[in-house]
Amino acid sequence: MSTDRLIYLDNNATTPTDPRVVETMLPFFHEIPGNAASRNHPFGWKAEEAVDYAREQIANLINVDSKEIIFTSGATEADNLGIKGVYEMYARKGNHIITCTTEHKAVLDTCKNIEKTGGQVTYLEVDAEGLINLEELEKAITDKTILVSIMWANNETGTIQPMEEIGKICAKHGVLFMSDATQVVGKLPIDPKATGVHIMAFTSHKMYGPKGVGALFVNRKNPRVKVTAQMDGGGHERGMRSGTLNVPGIVGFGKAAELAKNEMASEAERLSKLRDKLEQGFKDKLEEVYVNGSTDKRMPHVTNISFKHVEGEGLMMTFNQNIAVSSGSACTSASLEPSYVLKALGLGDDLAHSSIRFSLGRFTKEEDVDFALEAVSKGVTHMRDLSPIWEMYKEGIDLDAVEWAEH
Amino acid sequence: MAYSEKLLDHFKNPKNVGTLDKSKSNVGTGLVGAPECGDVMRLQIEVDDASGMIKDAKFKTFGCGSAIASSSLATEWLKGKTIDEAIAIDNMAIVEELALPPVKIHCSVLAEDAIKSAIADYKEKNAKA
Repeated sequence: MSTDRLIYLDNNATTPTDPRVVETMLPFFHEIPGNAASRNHPFGWKAEEAVDYAREQIANLINVDSKEIIFTSGATEADNLGIKGVYEMYARKGNHIITCTTEHKAVLDTCKNIEKTGGQVTYLEVDAEGLINLEELEKAITDKTILVSIMWANNETGTIQPMEEIGKICAKHGVLFMSDATQVVGKLPIDPKATGVHIMAFTSHKMYGPKGVGALFVNRKNPRVKVTAQMDGGGHERGMRSGTLNVPGIVGFGKAAELAKNEMASEAERLSKLRDKLEQGFKDKLEEVYVNGSTDKRMPHVTNISFKHVEGEGLMMTFNQNIAVSSGSACTSASLEPSYVLKALGLGDDLAHSSIRFSLGRFTKEEDVDFALEAVSKGVTHMRDLSPIWEMYKEGIDLDAVEWAEH
Repeated sequence: MAYSEKLLDHFKNPKNVGTLDKSKSNVGTGLVGAPECGDVMRLQIEVDDASGMIKDAKFKTFGCGSAIASSSLATEWLKGKTIDEAIAIDNMAIVEELALPPVKIHCSVLAEDAIKSAIADYKEKNAKA
């Protein structure tokens, strides 16, 4: 394709910082350079005031008290702090954590680490839509269970878990409920307190704020939740997270939260229409197109599609000069294993290798979607012309009956 | 991940894509890999009975860019070679020619396997009873 056009449809990886956010941040690099913890001069006061204001903006977005927001370097750190912090703080109560197989690595690897130190972790499986089974969750709870950690929406498929029901089960058994809400905050209106979520991790750069700043919501009343700090230092953030606050980042995060609060409802509506247009377009133009994950309980801006008998990385190479997306293909990962999230839905490795994630965002225009639809369809057709298994499929050969020479 | 110009050219303009008549006695077919592994290569050779030279080679590949480029290159190299010359093609020569990164070396191995498998099929078909 000979065009200089560059279209970004990888907003679940990261979002461009909104220019309005950048503008708000700029004074806090040079003109207002203070450390928010400097209590004895105007530089510090101004920085602290700006951080307090941002904390309000963020708390306001998710309907919590600003004192319940703990700033971190991002969602990975917030996930680590939430899970390890609870595990250590509530060690006398128990050592069992429940999570699920499709969580982000920041949760899964944190749980694996806890298992190495003697903790017990149950990994709930998901159904073909990517949803956990509530009965299995309730059965998994024991008198040693201290935490249930289930992500609000999945990063690869956009599938939204039954959060209110999980919250009720956790409340019934007196177990803390944590959620990695990285993909939801700023995209859909959510209210952790009303949902029964006590701890929630999220980050600025998935909602048009800067990278390098995130937050952990920690419930303060009924129940009063505490997490053990994972870094030693000056005792910032009510003793839960030491380290000088990233003032420009936090100011940007706050502005991003304010913008999201005002714009997310109309954005969700606009993006879901574009997403549906993209999905329907592929179905109209191509055969053997499969949408992965729930098409009912899901985020408005993302679709994960398998183009059968085409390998994802090869397909991306047909258009990646112009369009940025992600693939669950093994060839795009360092491990040479296809996406564990898609495999957990019960997808065969062949379909997992064939998957492409399109994640739209605030700066995606309808013409971008139209362009992607054409270019990707063209790529799929090209790759299928090259594909021996597409030819075999077209000849009516049962591919499952073929004895493949696996390597 | 930046690929070499040669690799990108073979990927964008693959040579010798297609299918030979596998029922012919002078056509050898190799099908290697598996959909579950993310790559399947089918490589075919057509041998000139009189001279013993490979007069045509075709491929189809399901796989990443490196797998497609490796098989395209392999078909280019096969044409005009004798069976004995063809069987000596080493995967490392493909790695060098296309400057494959270490994580993609298995694509060249697959191409070598496909060549050997096609030759074995040809030999089996033409074995003197």
